[in-house]
Amino acid sequence: MKKGKGMKFVGDSRISAERKSAIPKDYSEYPGRTEAFWPNFLLKEWLVGAVFLAGFLSLTLAHPAPLEGVADPTNGAYVPLPDWYFLFLYELLKYKFASSQYIIFGILVIPGLAFGGLLLAPFLDNGPGRRPHQRPIAVGMMLLGLAATMWLTYESASAVDWEARAEANKPIPASEVEIDTTDPGYAIYESNCMSCHGDSLEGSAAAPTLIGMEHSAEEIAQIAHDGIGSMPPGMFEGSDEELDQLVEFILSVNEQAAE
Amino acid sequence: MLQKIYDWIDDRVDITPIWRDIADHEVPEHVNPAHHFSAFVYCFGGLTFFVVVIQILSGMFLTMYYVPDIENAWKSVYYLQTQVAHGQIVRGMHHWGASVVIVMLLLHTLRVFFQGAYKKPRELNWMVGVLLFFVMLGLGFTGYLLPWDNKAYFATQVGLEIAEQVPFIGDYLKTLLAGSDHIVGAQTLTRFFAIHVFFLPGALFALLAVHFILIRRQGISGPL
Ligand code: HEM
Repeated sequence: MKKGKGMKFVGDSRISAERKSAIPKDYSEYPGRTEAFWPNFLLKEWLVGAVFLAGFLSLTLAHPAPLEGVADPTNGAYVPLPDWYFLFLYELLKYKFASSQYIIFGILVIPGLAFGGLLLAPFLDNGPGRRPHQRPIAVGMMLLGLAATMWLTYESASAVDWEARAEANKPIPASEVEIDTTDPGYAIYESNCMSCHGDSLEGSAAAPTLIGMEHSAEEIAQIAHDGIGSMPPGMFEGSDEELDQLVEFILSVNEQAAE
Repeated sequence: MLQKIYDWIDDRVDITPIWRDIADHEVPEHVNPAHHFSAFVYCFGGLTFFVVVIQILSGMFLTMYYVPDIENAWKSVYYLQTQVAHGQIVRGMHHWGASVVIVMLLLHTLRVFFQGAYKKPRELNWMVGVLLFFVMLGLGFTGYLLPWDNKAYFATQVGLEIAEQVPFIGDYLKTLLAGSDHIVGAQTLTRFFAIHVFFLPGALFALLAVHFILIRRQGISGPL
């Protein structure tokens, strides 16, 4: 560091008035075909970034972000699930040695050892060799942890029927549908369908919402008689005229909701 | 002209060292995918940062519509998703970005790990990195509640029950996060919002600054 008399500064500041015009570019540590970051390499980085962004935007366009129905704390039948990157922890807590009286193992000891080991890896694996085969223990532990995490995630995710979940939990804007309880079809809905499809067609743990479906009048009438998927046949009991009124009612609520 | 502006500013604030740190340096051969294709693994850190930038920008736009109270949170998200022009895309970017950033983080961590790039003198930067990983997981956990739909509500309830079972401090921890020792409700939502939007991003920026300054100081690790 330069100090002392003879140094010139800009005004009364601490900034040196001497121009260090060309700071030597020094990468002698690793000789080879080095390249200037600015602007050559940055341009290539931008190309990589652009390709990445295009892929990412295609993903967001192809799959809109999911949104389920508004939180209903009284819904006792809802099966909770965290986002996918927490599934491994969630699954871990299902094992006997990591739950109930051993819960401390599940929530503190095992994750603590794993993540603590990760945090302190440079001090646990402190030999000079950098190549993987020079540090078999560290690499082995990492592969083991990685395999366990992937296995737990897979176990947890494969037990879930994602499509059925999405289907059963479609968002319905509560305020937008107003059920006309004087509609003759409403009484028929009430006695035949409401126990599963909910007070305002919003669905329940047993059956999906009837709002926003893409069935025609004939199809709805047929489903009422014959059932579909997990809905058993013969749920509707009544005359053909009542069936017409019921279908009419369901479609009118749908029309109103679509507005 | 540009050179003159540069000189004028440099004369007053001596930006050349800063400029050199940010841009005017050499890229060594072993990290340049143009010379060794396998060097693309060195892109993972930069791509992680790219997704973080996407998250910050899309998140800023989301807060223009999002209302953090239990009456309106879900409605504001539904409105954004269905009515606002391009709202679905902005929300989609934030939603998918949250997953992609975890994937990129994992790849970046594995690159650093298997290359042994955390060895002396880069131990501190590795630890800063692991803390960054925790902050990102925290952002994921708190962000998941914000749409206030069923999956958000019940997953958070489970998460808080787990926090509660931590010995000694469990109850305090739960109350700190949820704002109440037994209700997941209005208080929980505002707290998670504050944590997601102010506390954790603050920690994230500070850690990122340290991460990048250390990388510049130490340079990238040499070839294996
Ligand atoms: C938001 C999260 C993160 C961002 C944006 C980020 C970004 C970066 C960037 C741009 C580099 C330069 C080299 C490269 O791109 O590979 C780097 C290097 C490094 N990162 Fe990260 N990183 C993050 C998280 C992490 C994590 C989770 C770890 C480890 C657990 C970590 C450990 C390191 C280390 C030790 C280096 C120096 C490697 C070397 O010199 O070869 N970082 N990081």
